[in-house]
Amino acid sequence: MTVKVAFSGSLRNRLVVTLIGGAALLALLLFFAVRSYAVQIAQSGQDSILEASVTSILDAAAIRNGVIELDLPYSALSMLNTVADDRVFYAILENGEFLSGYQDLVGQTDLMPSGFLFETRQIRDSSARVVSANRLLIGADRRIKVQVILAQTQDALSETLSEISRNAALFGFCFFTLVAGLSFWATKNTIGQLDKLTHSVTRRGPHDLRPFTKPVPREMAPLVTSLNSLMMRLEQSFAQSEDFIAEAAHRVRTPLATVRSYAEATLQRVDKEENRDAMRAMVKAIDESSRAAGQLLDHAMITFRAGHLEQHPLDLVELAQDLVLRLTPIADMKDLKLELDSPQSVPFSGDSVLLQNALRNLIDNAMKYGPTESSVEISISHKEAVQIKVCDFGPGFPAHEIDTLTKRFQRGENAKGTIGSGLGLTIARDVIEAHGGEIQLSNRSGGGACVTLSL
Amino acid sequence: MRYTLTLVLILVFNSAAAEGWEDQAVFGSPDAENTLSIISSTDTALFSPMLEAFIAEQPNVTVEYFVTGTSDLDRRVRKTPEAFDVAISSAMDLQLKLANDGHALPLPNILHPSWAQWRQSVFAFTSEPAVIAINRSAFAGMEIPESRQELIEAMRARPEVFRNRVGTYDVRQSGVGYLFATQDARASETFWRLMEVMGSLNARLYCCSGDMIDDLTDGTIAVAYNVLGSYAQARADSGKAYTTILPSDFPTTMMRTALVSKASTNPKRAEEFLQFIVTYQSNGHHTQKALPPLAERQNGTERANIALEPALMTFLDTLKRNKFLKEWQDALIQN
Ligand SMILES: Nc1ncnc2c1ncn2[C@@H]1O[C@H](COP(=O)(O)OP(=O)(O)OP(=O)(O)O)[C@@H](O)[C@H]1O
Ligand SMILES: [Mg+2]
Repeated sequence: MTVKVAFSGSLRNRLVVTLIGGAALLALLLFFAVRSYAVQIAQSGQDSILEASVTSILDAAAIRNGVIELDLPYSALSMLNTVADDRVFYAILENGEFLSGYQDLVGQTDLMPSGFLFETRQIRDSSARVVSANRLLIGADRRIKVQVILAQTQDALSETLSEISRNAALFGFCFFTLVAGLSFWATKNTIGQLDKLTHSVTRRGPHDLRPFTKPVPREMAPLVTSLNSLMMRLEQSFAQSEDFIAEAAHRVRTPLATVRSYAEATLQRVDKEENRDAMRAMVKAIDESSRAAGQLLDHAMITFRAGHLEQHPLDLVELAQDLVLRLTPIADMKDLKLELDSPQSVPFSGDSVLLQNALRNLIDNAMKYGPTESSVEISISHKEAVQIKVCDFGPGFPAHEIDTLTKRFQRGENAKGTIGSGLGLTIARDVIEAHGGEIQLSNRSGGGACVTLSL
Repeated sequence: MRYTLTLVLILVFNSAAAEGWEDQAVFGSPDAENTLSIISSTDTALFSPMLEAFIAEQPNVTVEYFVTGTSDLDRRVRKTPEAFDVAISSAMDLQLKLANDGHALPLPNILHPSWAQWRQSVFAFTSEPAVIAINRSAFAGMEIPESRQELIEAMRARPEVFRNRVGTYDVRQSGVGYLFATQDARASETFWRLMEVMGSLNARLYCCSGDMIDDLTDGTIAVAYNVLGSYAQARADSGKAYTTILPSDFPTTMMRTALVSKASTNPKRAEEFLQFIVTYQSNGHHTQKALPPLAERQNGTERANIALEPALMTFLDTLKRNKFLKEWQDALIQN
């Protein structure tokens, strides 16, 4: 019997999504961090070359005969050579007045910066890095501020950057795949611990209510602890039920037996025939009640034990011999002989209490419904399967009722006048079915009823 | 000839002069569907083999070829960029500055070594050294100078022979002359001493290599300094009146460059044309009458070309140029 469990999401999916999402986020972060760092480095490389170039141009300025002379060094522009053949623009100013170079550079730049002033801006349709610096020349009678603005396009830089971006992206992707793989592995590992526990719970026998003692990860300890305490309570409640049934049987039978003995004693002392009849009916009712209570409790006990069957190795022959021995005094009272026909031993694995109960009910029926001064044949055989057969020489089962007699509280029409509750065959059937076998009722052609238990 | 259709029209001189061109020519059928307008500093005669080969490959193109000096070429391209599809010049500095200033169209599809192109915009296709051309008769019985230093000594030794008979570019007019002079000045002080000697001999100044070679051939001048090797070579056989010397002290080698105007009305054809000339020049169609090929280094020697880099713009700076021209004039024009 399995109950369908309601799901709400998957632990594995949740873990995987969280870890992979985190990895993706980290990879992206890594990519942007590497890229922006690379941009800074590449930009500072270009800046330092521009700075050196501007410095060498400013160094070439001099005042000669009161006039500014600037002998633009060949190396100043030569050092700006790049693989991408970046374009170069410059402007030279004297006290803010344009002297030579590219006039369109002037005006957009702060005319008199102190130190080196760097900026990136659009020049003639391409992005360019612009540096501006000045130098004060002191002549005999005047001071001249020479300013140089130098610009270089950023084609080589952007080529470098796109290459770095490609590499950073590759790096980020590799990182991501690595972490994703790791998270799959970690998830599998974690969930694996749960699977292990599930497996060890499933593998347990029906009565194995021992606590789990194998070490589990700390996070699973509360689960295992609750599981253990649940099993402990279960075991306790099983034990209580068993105790209760035994106790109940005892508590019901004892007072009934007492009442019955009082009734018998009273019957001896009462003389009036109508009073004696009443007392007899009373004794019979007490017998009926006692029988019913006994059978009911037996049935309850069997239902309980069959639910979680305990199987121990036993010998069926020994079990039957024991039973015959116990029932012989009762049989003797009816001049009946109990005949057991069996091999030396028939080993079997099952619950001896239940099997004995089933067999006792069958012998009980044979003695009850069979004629006196005859015999009950009990045979045990095991050829392919184990078979226990109980036959008598009575009138047999009422033919039209034979299919329904194993039902609860079902008594045959031949049972009128005999004490019984209609549970004997039910108990036998339940026990046999709990052991994986089946019960069969039949009438012998020569007269007499036969019950066959096939295990 | 296979190219019977090829028609070379050299227009009458005065119509060319009307526009101020040194020369003007049309290659290919005049009614072809595509016209390619080329402005060039290269003489038509030197360039026509290549143009004819191009027309043979692309018969539906007409090429209009305009010749002018390097400085004028630069001015015209800046003034009316849409008038020309291709600009070809020997002044590398001016060409590079045109590209730097955004007048050249980048052609990313043309595969060319990085040292021979700039920004995929300026493409070099020849390597041409500046040479010293010497009239044989003036040096009859004398040792021919091998370097600038030896030339200085030869001129100092016989000033009477060389007075008024030495010639060089007027760097104020000629772009390529200015390029050669500035690169010489960068390389060695010898240049200035040579200029002073030439100045003291009352040197003649020329706009172009062609005129210098004319005067050298007829004996007007005995020495021409910094003549374009290709021009001298092309005409060296005409009378054998002169010989050319690659100065052994240091070389100055220029690369002729081509670019497509950003405002070109026919950029597709122009790109095809540039692709054609760079392949043509590397395929060895070289006769004495044609332009020399592109070479990273002249065979064996340390003859590096002038580098195609932004530093070329240094001497185009107004202050720098004024200073250089002043020094040059002080040295060369002494009276
Ligand atoms: N050996 C038999 N011969 C004839 N009829 C039988 C035999 N055994 C059982 N029966 C019939 O089957 C009925 C059901 O038997 P069952 O043992 O279940 O109940 P019971 O004997 O009436 O009561 P109890 O619970 O006290 O045994 C009986 O009432 C009887 O009619
Ligand atoms: Mg019975």
